Amino acid sequence: MINLQDLIKISDYEWEIPRSFRQDMRVPVRIFATRKLIEAVMDDRSLEQAVNSATLPGLVGHVLVMPDMHQGYGFPIGGVAATRYPEGVISPGGIGYDINCGVRLLASQIEYEEAREHIAALATALNHNCPSGVGTKGHVRLNDSELNQICRQGSRWALKQGFASEADVRRTEEGGVLEGADPDAVSKRAKERGRAQIGTLGAGNHFIEVDVVEQIFDAQAAQAMGLFEGHLVLQIHCGSRGFGHQICTDYVNEFQGAVRRYGIQLPDRELVCAPLNSPEGKNYLAAMRCAANYAFANRQVLAHYARKAFEEALAGKVQNWHLHQVYDIAHNMGKIETHVIDGERMKVCVHRKGATRAFGPGYEGLPEEYRSIGQPVLVPGSMGTASWVLVGTEGSMQRSFGSTCHGAGRVMSRSKAKKTVWGEDLRSELEASGIHVRAGSMAGLAEEAPQAYKDVDDVIDAVSGAGIARKVARLVPVAVIKG
Amino acid sequence: MDTTAGYREREHTADWELEIWAPDLPELFAQAARGMLALSGARLEPEPRRERLLELEAPDAESLLVAFLSELLYLAETKNLGFDDFEISIHSYRLRGRIYGAALTWLSKEIKAVTYHNLSIRKTSRGLEARVVFDV
Repeated sequence: MINLQDLIKISDYEWEIPRSFRQDMRVPVRIFATRKLIEAVMDDRSLEQAVNSATLPGLVGHVLVMPDMHQGYGFPIGGVAATRYPEGVISPGGIGYDINCGVRLLASQIEYEEAREHIAALATALNHNCPSGVGTKGHVRLNDSELNQICRQGSRWALKQGFASEADVRRTEEGGVLEGADPDAVSKRAKERGRAQIGTLGAGNHFIEVDVVEQIFDAQAAQAMGLFEGHLVLQIHCGSRGFGHQICTDYVNEFQGAVRRYGIQLPDRELVCAPLNSPEGKNYLAAMRCAANYAFANRQVLAHYARKAFEEALAGKVQNWHLHQVYDIAHNMGKIETHVIDGERMKVCVHRKGATRAFGPGYEGLPEEYRSIGQPVLVPGSMGTASWVLVGTEGSMQRSFGSTCHGAGRVMSRSKAKKTVWGEDLRSELEASGIHVRAGSMAGLAEEAPQAYKDVDDVIDAVSGAGIARKVARLVPVAVIKG
Repeated sequence: MDTTAGYREREHTADWELEIWAPDLPELFAQAARGMLALSGARLEPEPRRERLLELEAPDAESLLVAFLSELLYLAETKNLGFDDFEISIHSYRLRGRIYGAALTWLSKEIKAVTYHNLSIRKTSRGLEARVVFDV
């Protein structure tokens, strides 16, 4: 049990659980949050899970926790941990089952007022064109060879198939493809699950949302991204579907034996891991990259069909219905990156589980147009509230392995949300406030009620106050599509 | 409510946690499967009933439970089948038997995976007990 008294206050936005808190910790835990946001999770097990994560072999610096933290399994959601490459470990549970779950933002020249009367039709067209819900299959069926191409090429596959533009691919984290993916490291079962699901949204907290840019906070960065007040934008939130879920399931299972073989002691079996330079670690990394590339391609295919929906609903009704990609980011991922830690420049494996990469200005890997402003960071809020566009900063590079928050963060369990909120009532409330909702399941809608989440604005104030991201724009929704 | 065997949902901030209890391991596994099916909001075709032979092996009871539930998730997603009746035996962490169910007509929730988070099968006054966390 962890109490507020166990935390050392560094500033209003930064707290530490020292190594001395528990004997098996290898590094301290650093929490980026206000007292209010920490108090919101004292009843769940987020901080205990962060302390558990701090026992992994090969960790460097701190285990970090973002202000949108909440209890997960193994790692807390909002957790970031870096292990020294190649002798440190990689933990599949520290990346999550939905490998490369992430967010894509597309922007337009469409003024909300110009399109207002067509938003209902747009919501219907998006719902019709972008397959969502449990067990839904996509427009594209893949054979083994095509699936292997997706594993190796990610968004580049989508480009060759006509689902992407060069700009889309360039404006995707890692250019939409992680090198080192090996389809031979992926099980037959994962491939079977992956074949029918490319270009599908899934269910749970995944969504497609049409928003209006409500306010710009950084005109220069917003201009570079093509974001203007009053214009419509589109967010897509989803991941690697059953393909990634199966890969993580396979390796969490396999690593149960690996920890015994490598003599690794852990407080929770979900934290199982293997050295990055072991055969098990290398295979997982190669398979995880396949899932990451699948997810980039998945969001790209969905973006293609979302564009089709915009054309269907808005062509001839607004001056320019086209959508251009702002950026696409992962928030469940393991990446080999170079960071300066305690004054030493070193290669590390950064595990981000419910945390977004947030590289500051000037860093390698950012597209030319974003090099001077920093990497765009996309933070969706809870349904019906606001979402944010941020940029990475020099502070995030120095203090959080180039990472920041990923969302609002849950505070209410799904079972309680279902008991507290009726899906039909929630839909009526959202519609009454001008938000068009298309949802496959009313119970699923209720579980994602805004009351179940923290206030996203508080989370953004915390990361911005801590200096690990900077505000660019606040978005408010006008249409939500959920599975 | 059956006091000798059953399942119930426990509060978990983001995912689903199921508490299960039963007098023996095969019944504990069956309760976990029924609980998972109920959590996903599954509805099955009344007819025709389908059956499958199942054989699984794992290094310990907890891993066998994860493998069993993961198998059912896989069958739901790839074969569109839900199972609600089980005739299984478990000896030395080896599961064998038949599972019975039908085609799924509806699933309201997507379960991504069965996790090992704090998973342990314990002997208690009411037999065996476990808590399973699902990623949703």
